[in-house]
Amino acid sequence: MQNTAESNQYKSKVKNLSFYYGTFNALKNIDMMLHDKKITALIGPSGCGKSTFLRCFNRMHDLYPGNRYEGEITLYPDNVNILLPKVDPIEVRMRISMVFQKPNPFPKSIYENVAYGLRVRGIRQRAILDEKIEDALRNAALWDEVKDRLNDLAFNLSGGQQQRLCIARALATDPEILLFDEPTSALDPIATASIEELIADLKHKVTILIVTHNMQQAARVSDYTAYMYLGELIEFDETDTIFIKPKNKQTEDYITGRFG
Amino acid sequence: MSKELHKKKNYVGRLGYSYRRNLHERFIESILFLSALLSVVIMLAIIVMLVKESVIFFQHVSIWEFLTDTQWTPLFDDAHYGILPLVAGTVVSSMVALIVALPLGTIIAIYLSEFAPFAVREVAKPFLELLGGVPTVVYGYFALLFVTPLLQMIFPELPGFSLLSAGLVMGIMIIPYVSSMTEDAMRAVPMHLREGSYAMGATRFQTAIRVVAPAAFSGIAAAYILGISRAVGETMVVAIAAGMQPNLTWNPMEPAATITAYIVQVSLGDLPHGSIGYQTIFAAGLTLLLMTLVFNIIGHLLRKRYREIY
Repeated sequence: MQNTAESNQYKSKVKNLSFYYGTFNALKNIDMMLHDKKITALIGPSGCGKSTFLRCFNRMHDLYPGNRYEGEITLYPDNVNILLPKVDPIEVRMRISMVFQKPNPFPKSIYENVAYGLRVRGIRQRAILDEKIEDALRNAALWDEVKDRLNDLAFNLSGGQQQRLCIARALATDPEILLFDEPTSALDPIATASIEELIADLKHKVTILIVTHNMQQAARVSDYTAYMYLGELIEFDETDTIFIKPKNKQTEDYITGRFG
Repeated sequence: MSKELHKKKNYVGRLGYSYRRNLHERFIESILFLSALLSVVIMLAIIVMLVKESVIFFQHVSIWEFLTDTQWTPLFDDAHYGILPLVAGTVVSSMVALIVALPLGTIIAIYLSEFAPFAVREVAKPFLELLGGVPTVVYGYFALLFVTPLLQMIFPELPGFSLLSAGLVMGIMIIPYVSSMTEDAMRAVPMHLREGSYAMGATRFQTAIRVVAPAAFSGIAAAYILGISRAVGETMVVAIAAGMQPNLTWNPMEPAATITAYIVQVSLGDLPHGSIGYQTIFAAGLTLLLMTLVFNIIGHLLRKRYREIY
């Protein structure tokens, strides 16, 4: 019974998650709930493990030798721990997409960049691709700027447009969770504002987990905020609570700028 | 206070002009410039020599005859000066070599760059480079005494000298050049591009073929061009294993001389300097140079067209 309730309200449950880079213990016993169709921000000083935590959700750490997960990240409604070795990381990444710190479009046309995720899934029909790509570009607020030059190389776009293209690429496959790893740290303030606006709009469609260095950004866009320090989750609550009345002294010090 | 400080000699000296440092810097600059100049001068000298000697040759033989005659018999009484048989030999042996070297070299590069665990790569790379360090004359004997008999078991009608055997071994010889440069180009593709692809649910192979290889295109093109140039210019293997008979054929199962093999043959022979037979090697050399020049220009254009932007 409890599971049904959880699966309605939550998209994922993190239980007792630890992570090791070789022998270095980068995440320590993290417990957290990821609310469905909400934006959860991860904040904390550099090196606190927030990107490491984010990258557990799409098993990115599997790409490098010597990394080890412990504990569970349960994905609802499947109720499956996605960290289990028998779970194929490619299946996980098909459902949990990611947008990176630095815009990383592929050396392809705008169209082919957005089509990438669909093509690796074997979708070939032009009509389906056309439709999905237009939807994704519209959802990423990029369609009007690029609809007349879909065959141009993606590198010819500006930094902010490239990042929106990467968001469109991630959206094209209808992911359930979208991970953002400091998506605006390489962008100017105007491009940052448009990305933030976009992220806020997207929460109606998809559950979002965002790592950010910028506390104002976390306050502006997120519904829930987790404060991390030295690999531990210090405090997790609604964003308003974290920013107005944090329970933990450490969180308060960080939020108010006395530390970090 | 500050005025007094500036009057002191050591403070003035700090903003002064260091004659010694400047001279030193200029000296290094000149050395670097001269080294760069040297390679250009040598290149020009080679071209001037080839063109000058070829002009003497073309005073006796028309360019038209050189390009269209189907026989190359400059040492016979009934002399013909058609470069076509030598060009055909060069093209056929190079094609065979490239059919071996480009796909294999690329596959090895993809494996080493995208799939191989660290330990495997550390062992495999030096071995591959060793393959490139084997003297070409050894490859020549390998072709003649090992590969040709092996091929004759499959094709009993294969003659003792053949473009096929020489080309195959030449291909093996070129693999390390292609694979090493291709691998370097692929490994230079930044990790965040690969991660972008993996994050979309792509497999390693999809990532290698659809993202890494296109991103490394200009480096891969450079590797291919180098491979082609090496095949066209390779001498020892073809001189030993392909035979020395100029033979206008597009069939790799036949023996034939390449441009390089012919030049070796004449250079080692006892033809008098200045004779028309002797002059032929300059015309042949110029032809070879122009062929590789064309490939290099194509490579340069490709690189400009698809230069890496990550």
